[in-house]
Amino acid sequence: MNDAERAVLDLRAMDELESMDSPLHRLSPLSKFTVTAVYIALTASFGRYDLTGLLFMVIFPLIGYQLAMIPVRTCFSRLKGVLPLVAAVGVLNPFFDRNVLFRIGGIAVTGGVVSMLTLMMKGVFCLMASFLLMATTAVDELCRDLRKLHFPKMLASLILLTFRYTSVLTDEVAAMTQAYSLRAPGQKGIHISVWGTFLGQLLLRTMDRADDLYDAMVLRGFNGEFHYAGGRKSSRWSWPAAALSCAAIVAARLVNVPALLGSLFI
Amino acid sequence: MIGFENVGYAYPGGSPVLDGITFEVSDGEKVGLVGANGAGKSTLLKCVPGLLEASGIITVSGLRVSRENIAEIRRKVGFVLQDPDNQMFMPKVIDDMIFGPVNYGSTREEAEEQADSVLRGLGIPHLRDRYNHRISGGEKRMAAIATVLAMRPDVMLMDEPSSSLDPRNRRALINTLSGLDKTMIIASHDLDMILDLCPRVILLDHGTLIADGETAGILRDRELLESHGLELPLSLSGQKGI
Repeated sequence: MNDAERAVLDLRAMDELESMDSPLHRLSPLSKFTVTAVYIALTASFGRYDLTGLLFMVIFPLIGYQLAMIPVRTCFSRLKGVLPLVAAVGVLNPFFDRNVLFRIGGIAVTGGVVSMLTLMMKGVFCLMASFLLMATTAVDELCRDLRKLHFPKMLASLILLTFRYTSVLTDEVAAMTQAYSLRAPGQKGIHISVWGTFLGQLLLRTMDRADDLYDAMVLRGFNGEFHYAGGRKSSRWSWPAAALSCAAIVAARLVNVPALLGSLFI
Repeated sequence: MIGFENVGYAYPGGSPVLDGITFEVSDGEKVGLVGANGAGKSTLLKCVPGLLEASGIITVSGLRVSRENIAEIRRKVGFVLQDPDNQMFMPKVIDDMIFGPVNYGSTREEAEEQADSVLRGLGIPHLRDRYNHRISGGEKRMAAIATVLAMRPDVMLMDEPSSSLDPRNRRALINTLSGLDKTMIIASHDLDMILDLCPRVILLDHGTLIADGETAGILRDRELLESHGLELPLSLSGQKGI
């Protein structure tokens, strides 16, 4: 199985996760979106040396994964391609910021090391939260709820079509790479000499498919608006739960919980 | 009724794909459209709901296919595309089924009721809430037909409806289509299906109408079929051709 085929399976696996039933899946898409946005904004707002305060923020996605009945390792295995990039952010900080902040035993810990760790953790936590939202919320349900709030229909359609066309694109890439690998035994990946042709063909094929999809839409009266069947009924606890979660996240941002707990014992 | 009068079409910069096509299809008639690859079958079907702008005159229930009438015509005409993957663009079967009716003014509840009744009629109510990408090829084909039937079209145009179906699903499709009381034009290479479903057949070759008549007569004419890139249907190949 090549990478493109694996990507197709990954996309389908996301649909499997979305269609599970758990307390978190039953919350309204918009309430989950709001909590995730608040979480990401506040996590990103921590100062570069505020490592201990930031550490506590991991508790929210962890609770989320428990409620959604999705193992945290699913997130890490699916995002293994992106995580090194996130981890690479701030990797040069130790070279620029050599100011010693504290010592552990005899080892000096510089501001650069702390800010590097802070940046890495921010990235990982935000990814964990975003993945949790994607794994528990269908894009179409989210777009439907956004439209109820008078979110521009053009943007809602754009989000939905981008999501649907991702699968069209990956399907085409999978078919083409499979056809290539069958006639290029022993070769790893696509040889650089055919990248141009490959991309050109891919563009033409996806345009053809997109044309057919669009024809199917206009034949059924498409006027820029997508309509959905009733779908999953959202829990009436959605917004109270969202309000409670947001309050807890704000509190965790304002109060350095690990430092507070530490002060009780030291 | 659908009328074609001197219909022609050429893709931009290309030679004519359709030339001087003239025939009529009466209400409730089921007509097969046959011909070798490149004969112009799909192109002709695409001209009816105005996906391609043909020369000549095409009318559907007295309305001429033109920019002004296109919305009304598309409401009357259901088109089942060759590839059900392209027909089904929404996440779930039910979402796809209500898409057309809601766009044409039904409430969501009415559209869902209508969709449920179509699914029951086709014997596939279990597909209602399934994700499109998780159903089999045969189920997808039936669901694609269901999405079109949910719009209650007067006319159904079908492009290769039996392609990629296994024998059992193909038979189920034939039974379903034969039970539908609608005007149909079915473009297909599956001559046995055409023989089963359509009392009348039209033979195209290189964009021109070669023969138009009773299916049993045309599809038994080995010489005619072979001279236009076709063969006798399998069910007739054991019998002696004309």
